[in-house]
Amino acid sequence: MSAPTHSAHQAPQGFIRKYVFSLDHKVIGIQYYFLGLFSVFLGMSLSLLMRFHMVNPEAKVAWFAKLWPTAAAGGMMTPELYLSLMTMHGTIMVFFVLTTVPQSGFGNYFLPLQIGAEDMAFPVLNMLSFWTTFIALVVMVSAFFVQGGAPLAGWTAYPPLSGVGRLTGPGEGMGQTLWIASIAIFCGASLMGAINFIATTVDLRCKGMRLMRMPLTCWTWLVTAILALLGFAVLLAAGLLLILDRTVGTSFFIPGNLMISDQIITNHKGGSPLLWQHLFWFFGHPEVYIAILPGMGVTSHLLATFARKPVFGYKAMVYAILSIGFLGFLVWGHHMFMSGMNPYSAMAFSVLTMAIGVPSAIKTFNWIGTLWGGKIHFDTAMMFSLGFVSLFVTGGLSGIFLGQPALDLYFHDTYFVVGHFHMIMGVAAIFGMFAGTFYWFPKMFGKMMNETLGKIHFYATFIGVYCIFAPMHFVGMAGNPRRYSDFTNVEYLAGLMPVHKFMTQAAYFTAAVQILFLINLFWSLWKGPKAPMNPWNSTSLEWTIPSPPPFDNFGGVHPVVNHGPYEFSVPGAPTDFIMQTDPPSVSSED
Amino acid sequence: MGMSGSITHDIIHGPPRPPVEGGWGGGGGGGGSDGRGRGAFRRASFTGLYVLLAASTMLFAAFTSAMVVRRGLSDDWVSMPKPPILLVNTAILLASSLALELARRALKSGARARFNGWWTAGTALGVLFLAGQALAWNQLNAASVFISTNPSSSFFYVLSVAHAVHLLGGVSALFYVDVQAWRLSLGPGKRTAIDISAIFWHFLDGLWLYLMVLFYVWG
Amino acid sequence: MLLAPVVWILTAIIAYFFAAKTWWFPPPINAHGIAYDEQFMRTLIVTGIIFVLAQFALGWVIFRFRDDGRPANYSHGNNRLETVWTSATALLFLGLVLMGTKIWAGVHFDQPPADAVPIEVLGKQFAWSFRYPGPDGKFGHTDLKFVNDSAGNPFGLDDKDPAGKDDIVSASLKIPAGKPIKLIMHSRDVIHNFFVRELRMKQDIVPGMEIPLSFQADIAGVYEVPCSELCGLGHFQMRTTMQVMSPADFEQWKIEKAQK
Repeated sequence: MSAPTHSAHQAPQGFIRKYVFSLDHKVIGIQYYFLGLFSVFLGMSLSLLMRFHMVNPEAKVAWFAKLWPTAAAGGMMTPELYLSLMTMHGTIMVFFVLTTVPQSGFGNYFLPLQIGAEDMAFPVLNMLSFWTTFIALVVMVSAFFVQGGAPLAGWTAYPPLSGVGRLTGPGEGMGQTLWIASIAIFCGASLMGAINFIATTVDLRCKGMRLMRMPLTCWTWLVTAILALLGFAVLLAAGLLLILDRTVGTSFFIPGNLMISDQIITNHKGGSPLLWQHLFWFFGHPEVYIAILPGMGVTSHLLATFARKPVFGYKAMVYAILSIGFLGFLVWGHHMFMSGMNPYSAMAFSVLTMAIGVPSAIKTFNWIGTLWGGKIHFDTAMMFSLGFVSLFVTGGLSGIFLGQPALDLYFHDTYFVVGHFHMIMGVAAIFGMFAGTFYWFPKMFGKMMNETLGKIHFYATFIGVYCIFAPMHFVGMAGNPRRYSDFTNVEYLAGLMPVHKFMTQAAYFTAAVQILFLINLFWSLWKGPKAPMNPWNSTSLEWTIPSPPPFDNFGGVHPVVNHGPYEFSVPGAPTDFIMQTDPPSVSSED
Repeated sequence: MGMSGSITHDIIHGPPRPPVEGGWGGGGGGGGSDGRGRGAFRRASFTGLYVLLAASTMLFAAFTSAMVVRRGLSDDWVSMPKPPILLVNTAILLASSLALELARRALKSGARARFNGWWTAGTALGVLFLAGQALAWNQLNAASVFISTNPSSSFFYVLSVAHAVHLLGGVSALFYVDVQAWRLSLGPGKRTAIDISAIFWHFLDGLWLYLMVLFYVWG
Repeated sequence: MLLAPVVWILTAIIAYFFAAKTWWFPPPINAHGIAYDEQFMRTLIVTGIIFVLAQFALGWVIFRFRDDGRPANYSHGNNRLETVWTSATALLFLGLVLMGTKIWAGVHFDQPPADAVPIEVLGKQFAWSFRYPGPDGKFGHTDLKFVNDSAGNPFGLDDKDPAGKDDIVSASLKIPAGKPIKLIMHSRDVIHNFFVRELRMKQDIVPGMEIPLSFQADIAGVYEVPCSELCGLGHFQMRTTMQVMSPADFEQWKIEKAQK
């Protein structure tokens, strides 16, 4: 393992060392951020194509035929093309956006800063983790370009659909194999990141930075890293077994006596499709907490800063984060209520699922409690955090229905589920990223983003996403199945087409509005006004150093922390905020 | 990458001393008396190692549960005949762990030459284990026992190959330390590398014993 | 603070569409469905109240505590409040789940009566098939090697087996009203899912497993059965119907099918 710091006295030289194979956690954080930014626009484009097709299944679009001569011959999107766009949309969003930006993007940049460290514990490993992620993305995208195209089995890749090769669909050949390979590579990258995050948080905190003085962002990054560590290892195991079933004739997941496409399958028997589901969801559930926890941390952090108040119930928030992390490993079966698994275990998973709703509720109450009695400033970063709370409430509550197997008897595999997870992951988590962007952009790039553009973008996006995803719950209640490329074969879906058309229009609108964000981001990078050291009068350590920070963060000085992270509006203090590194004589409760 | 101030430089010569005031995390740990900063690096390395071991454990736990489920599910499980060389390989692996421990003990009492000898022995035995595993797989192939022959053999190959891949990483670490040892550039900063690779090795040893029990009792 | 009315308006719109049942479940056709709807309502009321209160509270604090010059209130929280709302939430959520147990038990723990009508269900890419044992009450032997979809033998009935001679194979499901039905579900290739909205139940059909599903339907009619687990490119086309008819009509139908 390498030393925890490049020499405190020498900055890296040369373009490659500084910006490409950089060992600096700040550069690596930015690299992850832009990888995520690229991925989210790719994923979003796929979803627009999907929404278009759902309401225009027979449409012939000339450039479809140019892009996909086989899968959209004559310009009409085939069902298999739709399903492969859907598969890649989910996969790219979950892995390359939600698992990278909140944790490896912002976390990499700001964890060392917030705990007063010079860098992550293992900078070389950090650099490798980014480039491994990059390779995983390249492999994933390459699935579009091989014969048969991208896989069509969904991001969940249930065998036998995903386990026997081309027989089950064109993308199930090389496309699915590349998909699994990409995921396996991603597992490795994630593991490397987790090692760094945990070791850094445990061992590199500066003097005075007790665990209970860490900003809540650091707590979420720590627990997220633990979830990733344990979860991705299981996904890797599952992926390896699946790829063996596909390539060398093992039967981990494929039962015998199958006839697919008029062919009797002779080289598999005895495997269990449910085994895949158990392994996948054992990872898959912690994964969704990986996607949301850092956003929760950012929300807590920003609500305190912009309401000029300490977080309501910091300790309870920490326990809630820990409980969510722990319980997150015990509820995977709620994705499998209808799977044919033991119905008694369904009850057990259900009780645990309801239990995990409790710490989530605590966090929501505490966010409102943080705002109560506050002095709220409505900077764009804060708007996104407030939006996060609203979206998290909406998305979380639909989970109360889905967590009951009795109700899941109807809702499983309907749009009710799609609405639920999009509200939480596809919007709340994204808002966490927007909030982080607007809050930390000044520190990362030394410039301020434009507030007016930011607010317009916020309102349009907030209303837009409600318009896209709230109606999904309604069509779900009407029984609209998910993963259908075309609704014209089921009579009872005809009456729901107006709702789908509305959602599609809302999707176009919301996607278009994201241009404002891109303009804001890139224009500000180039021409934004210069950012001061602490534009938000925030208290955590990153705001004690220049914007942007020098390569060794604290300039060779080691910070000493004397206060908790959210000492705002302390009675008797000269200003309405006390930096964590302010001398102890400035009054505060801890 | 070979310039002074680079990572390679830091690995070979140890990280520079931190400034006098403050210091990361204060004192503690690690042999050698230079700089409190190194204490944090040593502790972080151990944390990193244990974290890695946790992930590895989860990987093999996943494989184990898959094996238990698969075995219980269907009636087509035929216990795979285990080549006796596996027992020899196990002994070799245990011997290599012993050798590494004897090396560490020698180093504690300052006997550098003895350290070099035992550590090299441990590394060589590790390589021998891998060769022995390759032989085992060859023997199975020759007896027409392939990965897809039976679920029992499927799991044998998956588990033993996954273990061997980990061991390859372990051998690389041992080899690296060995090269440093013979070049006489094992400064105090390297103690951590020695301890980390030794502990990782012992973990793989223990893991192998666990797998052997799994193969013979459940396989 | 413009956000406050925006949140409130969005909340009101969503609440309206739930209250107005603009897009809603179809009416249930059995006792299980009625019980289901009651549990759904309970959950909707609880979550609905929380939804409205939470969004209202969010809007309220945005409005009331916007910066107007007053200092913020320095407080690290309130342990008693914390305990109260944590316990309330836990009790509420646990209560909801326990109340739904009977419904789940009714579907999966209870054994169907001995006189339940046995019907075999076959899911395959991308069509449904149903098989009835005929007057002898026995399902004939099947094997994949006899499968011939175009000749109307999706199950692969062995025509040498006398027990199978009277088996009835149908592309849609027909059942008598008011009688317990026992579906025995198989898949020939990948995972599918049998779903009928009006029954308020669905079940994955997993290759390699024989999965039972028992129910009773009380109201005659034709109900759609859309496959509800991604099964490949034809997933959206894998749809059939379940027709519930009077027991007399059902017997008549069986006779007519057997004659063909």
